[in-house]
Amino acid sequence: MWTSEITSMIIEGVWATLYMTLVSTFMGYLFGLPLGVLLAVTDKDGLKPNPVVYKVLDVIVNIVRSVPFLILLILLIPFTRLVVGQSYGSTATIVPLVIAAVPFIGRMVESSIKEVDPGVIEAARSMGASDFQIVWKVLLVEARTSLIVGSTITIGTILGYSAMAGCVGGGGLGDIAVRYGYYRYQTDIMIVTVVLLILLVQIFQTVGMFIASKLDKRK
Amino acid sequence: MPEIVLENVCKTFTTKDGIVQALKNVNLEIEAGEIYGIIGMSGAGKSTLVRCINFLEEPTEGRVLIRGKSLGEYSEKELRKQREDIGMIFQHFNLLMQKNVMDNVCFPLYIQKKSKREAREKALELLKIVGLSDRTKAYPAQLSGGQKQRVAIARALASDPKILLCDEATSALDPQTTSSILALLKDINQNLGITIVIITHQMSVVREICNRVAILKDGEVAEYGDVEDIFLHPRTEVARELIRNDVEINQDQKGPALHGRDLIRSGDRIRVIYRDQPDAQPVIANMVLRFLEPVNIMGANTRSVHGKAAGEIILEFIPESTQKAEMKQYLRDCGLEVEEVDVNVD
Repeated sequence: MWTSEITSMIIEGVWATLYMTLVSTFMGYLFGLPLGVLLAVTDKDGLKPNPVVYKVLDVIVNIVRSVPFLILLILLIPFTRLVVGQSYGSTATIVPLVIAAVPFIGRMVESSIKEVDPGVIEAARSMGASDFQIVWKVLLVEARTSLIVGSTITIGTILGYSAMAGCVGGGGLGDIAVRYGYYRYQTDIMIVTVVLLILLVQIFQTVGMFIASKLDKRK
Repeated sequence: MPEIVLENVCKTFTTKDGIVQALKNVNLEIEAGEIYGIIGMSGAGKSTLVRCINFLEEPTEGRVLIRGKSLGEYSEKELRKQREDIGMIFQHFNLLMQKNVMDNVCFPLYIQKKSKREAREKALELLKIVGLSDRTKAYPAQLSGGQKQRVAIARALASDPKILLCDEATSALDPQTTSSILALLKDINQNLGITIVIITHQMSVVREICNRVAILKDGEVAEYGDVEDIFLHPRTEVARELIRNDVEINQDQKGPALHGRDLIRSGDRIRVIYRDQPDAQPVIANMVLRFLEPVNIMGANTRSVHGKAAGEIILEFIPESTQKAEMKQYLRDCGLEVEEVDVNVD
């Protein structure tokens, strides 16, 4: 029963999963990185404290983060249809993935930036650096290692979410596991997909940590 | 015109425990080209004060004038431009840990949008001055504390400032390194003509390089003046306490004997004569602490001369004493008379 069709389907599943994960992570950072910077900068010990902006962003982030992903996925179906024209398949899954990823990434980035030594920020201010220069040339540079570690964690999380999207026809390995393993009791296929998911997470984790430690000049 | 003038500078902070007055009516004038020390115990407001000079902290009241121009009148952008003229170094160096030595020194120049080539040339020149031109590719984590402070000094000098602020710049360093950093600062002051303001809690730092000093206590200037005057004639309790706590920076190199002696018998004696001393200053003890050489008190007595108390003390120096002349001068500067004594050592 293990046919070449199944093999090629699984290979396709791997690609679909990679496609969803990487595109979502990239788009997530497109919005999440500025969001995280804004959170860190407007917080009360930040460069430009602004309680109103901080509180508004903080509440929005908390709301999105507290909706379980599976429910968010279903809630967003009309929106997804509006954006990509359909609500199933890999490309459609990217929409809820990005929306779930942005606040998650925002928090990661915020905490990475808050780890930067305030003394270095003060030194930059004493040299006449503007707030924008401090963000660009000090905060993002000094927080680099922590940001990469954060993105490694993010990729793992989004990969997990993408598999979850399989329940509602999201495509990728999760989809295969649900369709074959759950609905057709083909446990072997399910095990293979699970093992592949584990392998993918392992690879991303290892590569991410390797790059992070390679780029860290503090030791 | 003085380089830096502080006029009635006050600074209050609102914390959750209430309002804290960090600075109260501070008035100071710092002349161009001098090394000015601001000393005080921790919590005296020194760090806040130095941050008012480049407006990292904006005073709640009062004015800060740099070459006659009030910093408070500048816009945010003009203020940033002004800060290029005022370099600053810190206790914990505050280098970019993810950038190498070269990029750290270039950093202020990149902020000013100087070209990479121009920045690197300037940085290399400065790294030569601080003696680190062979470590351009090293990262701060690979350097010792003293080397990090040298990089920080080079970085602070990159924009050709007229003023250099040093916030406890030697407090995290060991005594030898402290001496070498102070020597470097002195060189910079003399060769580049940069006005230096040094914040410290160590009297030894002030004694080593400052021309003038202000003593800060509870946010107020308790006393200020020439370093020598303050050392010899401290008027306030806080000044005396700071002088008492003063330990030699380079204990290993100065003073042949830090430890006590069982026996001092060199025959090298002086007679110290004192009259009514209004302030009960422990002159002999202070002298020993300052020069780190024990002396033996061979005898002492007090008589009444024309109804006034006059006393004499016979002191004997240790045989290997290297600072006899300085110690005698110290006693004279404290208002005592000093005479040589011929004695036969039995």
